[in-house]
Amino acid sequence: MANDPDAIPFEVREYLEAQQRKRLLRFIACGSVDDGKSSLIGRLLYDAKTLFEDHLETLQRESRRAGSTGDALDFARLLDGLTAEREQGITIDVAYRFFATEKRKFIVADTPGHEQYTRNMVTGASTADAALILVDARKGLLTQTRRHSFIVSLLGIRDVALAINKMDLVDYSERRFAEIRDEYLEFARHIGIGNVACLPISAINGDNVVDRSARTAWYHGPTLLEYLESVEVDEDRMQRIPFRLPVQWVNRANADFRGFAGLIASGALRLGDPVRVGPAGTQSAVTRILDGDRDVPVAVAGQSVTVCLRDEVDVSRGDVLSHPDSPPAVADEFEATVVWMHEQPMLRGRSYVMKIATKTVAATVMPLKYKINVNTLERLAATRLEINEIGVCDLELDRSIAFDPYEENRTTGAFILIDRMTHQTVGAGMLRFALRRSQNVHWQALDVNKVARARLKGHEPCVLWFTGLSGAGKSTIANLLEKRLHARGQHTYLLDGDNVRHGLNKDLGFTDADRVENIRRVAEVAKLMVDAGLIVLVSFISPFSSERRMARALFADGEFLEVFVDTPLSVAEGRDVKGLYRKARQGQLRNFTGIDSPYEAPESPEIRVETTAVSAEEAAVVILGELERRGILAGA
Amino acid sequence: MSILPRSSSTHFSMHHLTHLQRLEAESIHVMREVVAETENPVMLYSIGKDSSVMLHLARKAFHPAPLPFPLLHVDTTWKFREMYAMRDQVAREPGIELRVYRNPEAIELGINPFTHGSAVHTDVWKTQGLRRALDEFGFDAAFGGARRDEEKSRAKERIFSFRTAQHHWDPKNQRPELWNLYNARKHRGESFRVFPLSNWTELDVWQYIHLENIPIVSLYLAAERPVVERDGALIVVDDDRMPLAAGERPQLRRVRFRTLGCYPLTGAVESDADTLPAVIREMLLARTSERQGRLIDQDSASSMEKKKQEGYF
Ligand SMILES: Nc1nc2c(ncn2[C@@H]2O[C@H](COP(=O)(O)OP(=O)(O)OP(=O)(O)O)[C@@H](O)[C@H]2O)c(=O)[nH]1
Ligand SMILES: [Mg+2]
Repeated sequence: MANDPDAIPFEVREYLEAQQRKRLLRFIACGSVDDGKSSLIGRLLYDAKTLFEDHLETLQRESRRAGSTGDALDFARLLDGLTAEREQGITIDVAYRFFATEKRKFIVADTPGHEQYTRNMVTGASTADAALILVDARKGLLTQTRRHSFIVSLLGIRDVALAINKMDLVDYSERRFAEIRDEYLEFARHIGIGNVACLPISAINGDNVVDRSARTAWYHGPTLLEYLESVEVDEDRMQRIPFRLPVQWVNRANADFRGFAGLIASGALRLGDPVRVGPAGTQSAVTRILDGDRDVPVAVAGQSVTVCLRDEVDVSRGDVLSHPDSPPAVADEFEATVVWMHEQPMLRGRSYVMKIATKTVAATVMPLKYKINVNTLERLAATRLEINEIGVCDLELDRSIAFDPYEENRTTGAFILIDRMTHQTVGAGMLRFALRRSQNVHWQALDVNKVARARLKGHEPCVLWFTGLSGAGKSTIANLLEKRLHARGQHTYLLDGDNVRHGLNKDLGFTDADRVENIRRVAEVAKLMVDAGLIVLVSFISPFSSERRMARALFADGEFLEVFVDTPLSVAEGRDVKGLYRKARQGQLRNFTGIDSPYEAPESPEIRVETTAVSAEEAAVVILGELERRGILAGA
Repeated sequence: MSILPRSSSTHFSMHHLTHLQRLEAESIHVMREVVAETENPVMLYSIGKDSSVMLHLARKAFHPAPLPFPLLHVDTTWKFREMYAMRDQVAREPGIELRVYRNPEAIELGINPFTHGSAVHTDVWKTQGLRRALDEFGFDAAFGGARRDEEKSRAKERIFSFRTAQHHWDPKNQRPELWNLYNARKHRGESFRVFPLSNWTELDVWQYIHLENIPIVSLYLAAERPVVERDGALIVVDDDRMPLAAGERPQLRRVRFRTLGCYPLTGAVESDADTLPAVIREMLLARTSERQGRLIDQDSASSMEKKKQEGYF
């Protein structure tokens, strides 16, 4: 790097040892759009003399040609590495840069200020130890400044530097600086950020970045680099808290070797230590610790190890190893804080894939408690969470997991939510505490059960879930099928969308949230009926795959048969038996499936009926055959 | 904060992990996640220093088991001879399955950097070659040794970098990647490029090679080599396929490489650093970036981003 050659220790071994002792600080730059984050980081890299000559030359060339800074260097261009970013002069995604000084090593994440890209800011913040929050001295605190500060505090970042930037545009006014500082300190206190340092900065001129500025003689605090070199790096804390090893992978190298591989999230482990496997609660003791290919007597937080145990206990990916006297909690229902990151809102009743440490489970969103207005910190009642919103909700998992509150452990308390259909990461969250509700309402075990009831009926109970567009022919086919089943002496029930909406679900409309709830209730009713031993026919448009999947998850394997009544939109609309398509086209009906609300066709239904190829009667016969083939009905 | 455990760890004195130990642990964690969550992973092995580090880390990650994935070398037939020798040696080691792929289209058309230029050469041999190899073998995750400190658009890339079924990277719409929770879910045909060395710097790589005694090709160390100058770059004439201008004679100069690729496209630097410590010392004094020696990156200002979007590593 373009350092002064004389300043470099020439004895390489000595140098390497010094390097080894250097601490690493990871920090982010965040704040509202255009407040100068990228410019400041660029300036910092430049003033700290960490730029290569060829990069500098490129910067000079580009600044002259396309920069926004006239003759001066446009430092933001060092960070904004994507073509679209340089064209628009904004940051879209996080840039990670690496630099070192005599005292420390740094990884900085320069994040976008634009609200649209908040998810990328969250990405950068999740791995940071400290945050540099920028404010434009002319504009003061903006909504994004507060949103970013709030996210920083939620993620547990304790040290914040407020860089009051563009001081050159307010004549380096101490009064203006103090105004913004006081307002921010007040806000920071409310959101629980303890350590705030405020610095008067001009990224363009380099005031108080690396060199102390003569233009702010009234300021006696540290320069930005001094701050970064001295802010506390709290890596020891992770070693002091209880031991957690989320198991990533089971290493079965040979018949004699069974090791559990993972990154130690916290605490320390030594040979002979007793361990507990969560959530099961089984115990054993450590017989080997492998750090790579070396046997070691002890390992600590931050190391990737492979651990062997004394007993043949059942351990698989997703389990958490701990010490028996300080185990993680075990639960299947939580209160959590969620940051939503996708255009499709988070809906109550919807089921998502949840990844927490190395465990993957299904999580259903229970009532949303509230969302938070990031400006006023008010708690607002809400039924859904839109993109970039932050809220608190209950989550119900399909099984119990071992966890810690995020406040206590960043690894075993953090999770992401993944959409089941698109596989996008749609939310990020932090577990607050377990809800004891499920433990209080005990499940009533009954002696006469599903198997016993089904035996009387002479068939296997199941649900046939008919999905398809309005007018596709679901009800017609379901009706014909039920008649045939009835004629054979089978016990059936048909749940029809229109009919259920007149009674059980008459309080629900057609918004996305109501559609989810509609399906949830019907699925639960169908489940009770299957439990009663019936063959249940459900005829519902059920346009979203995630709800159909949620319904499917309620049933045992082989009990849920998805029947896709496949009719092209043009054909269904052409039939328009109920005149609904016409109304929808005229705008008299809103949220109509196929017109202004999507229909997500099943990817692999158990049964698919193309109504353009077979008649309704033929379809019923085909389904009957399929039920025989699957052993649900005895052959005729 | 919670109460300290009553177990033995209360009496435990702090162990400071070094910077390199942390990087090593992070890379190993990434590799294990891929093996746990994808069906058919592969490690791209280019014989360079980053690949060597990556392979070393992979051995540690899965020890004592053999590597749970094969290595893939997407060959262009224009690498340095010493690189091929090293590759073949690695392939003979126990527990290593190494596959070599040469794009048949490139072979058929006889694509080379002299007749077709660096852009076409790189596109057909490397970008198209890699895409075809991944498709043919059905790999759904490919490890690459790229680092974020190499280049501006790399600095923007996720550790788990999602690719469409057409191998496209959409830099404006990357999946959020929080903490160390990687989302490896995808539909059939889609895939991931995974970069376990994302947070390593060039200096970290050299220090680690030094500390762990990792074998590397000697091209990284200075020696007398036959050199011609092309567009200001020092090109080592590695075999007799290199066309020389009338009267042009390779000169012996003391050079080494900071990065390795196809020999006609990789610029050497004049250097006396013939040991690892000397290389590290030289790095500390370096005033230019390692990519400066790569002719392919200079085709246009945003060439790397464009190539990446098309499926280049
Ligand atoms: N006068 C003055 N202008 C500045 C200063 N810092 C940044 N700017 C200008 O402010 C504009 C925005 O700067 P950026 O660094 O791109 O802002 P940013 O915060 O990274 O923006 P996003 O990442 O898109 O949110 C550019 O035109 C900069 O040149 C400063 O200290 N003084
Ligand atoms: Mg920016």
